[in-house]
Amino acid sequence: MNAIFYVAAVIAILATVMVITRLVAVHALLYLIVSLLAVAVIFYTLGAPFIAALEVIIYAGAIMVLFVFVVMMLNLGAKTNETERTWLRPGMWTGPCALAAVLIAEVAYILFQGGPIVQVGGAEEPKQVAIALFGPYLIGVELASMLLLGALVGAYHLSARKRERLETQNVIDSDGTRNASGGDLVRPGAGRPSRAA
Amino acid sequence: MLLAGILFALGLAGLLVRRNLIFTLMSIEVMLNAAGLGFIVAGSRWAQPDGQVMFIFILATAAAEVSVGLALLLQLYHQDKSLDADAASRMRG
Repeated sequence: MNAIFYVAAVIAILATVMVITRLVAVHALLYLIVSLLAVAVIFYTLGAPFIAALEVIIYAGAIMVLFVFVVMMLNLGAKTNETERTWLRPGMWTGPCALAAVLIAEVAYILFQGGPIVQVGGAEEPKQVAIALFGPYLIGVELASMLLLGALVGAYHLSARKRERLETQNVIDSDGTRNASGGDLVRPGAGRPSRAA
Repeated sequence: MLLAGILFALGLAGLLVRRNLIFTLMSIEVMLNAAGLGFIVAGSRWAQPDGQVMFIFILATAAAEVSVGLALLLQLYHQDKSLDADAASRMRG
């Protein structure tokens, strides 16, 4: 079990080094996924299979899909074809595939070894985690839900702000034209005494 | 714990070295992941479920952070047509 832990740790470190040294964002994303999977294997060897599953599902699933979507949306340029041709050159996928193959071998070894694994520390069942989560940490759960709701509203607001800004721009523009044409509109703040006076 | 430290240092180095905003967000992900790994290791060492509870909280925080961060990134890209972090240093509406 120690050997599996150390191999997964080396894979995680290698993949992370590759993440921060890649030039193309998609390559870095591939290595980041491999790194997260390696950390999930480490969690499994540490006796936290539930957390390992959460890591794979949420980190390597949901968050990485968000990253991939954003990278896709950002690369809609004119030179997409050339960049795609350079991305698809053979050999780019061998690095992440080799690391992921080592991880798959480790998982297969663990599974074929059979039985519940003996971990380094004590075993925490998911039941105990759930009891602790909804017992003394109930306020934390509520705060996390509030945080997620805030993030949802914030992300929606930020991604919908462009149209709103255009509308305010139009309002300002129409104001400017009206003032320039000698309209009798009261400018905002015109009746107030100036602060410099 | 040493692995968590190394991963955190790598994430920090990536955050400091790279100027691309996508890489900055990825480095933040790596750092959050390393912090969660530290919690898991500590919880496994002392046989307490608190570490896993903390990791679930870190997971929720990372999801929230990355959604808002990516929305900001899209907004900046539509505004500046670049992902350079230095291009966003002028923060006046």
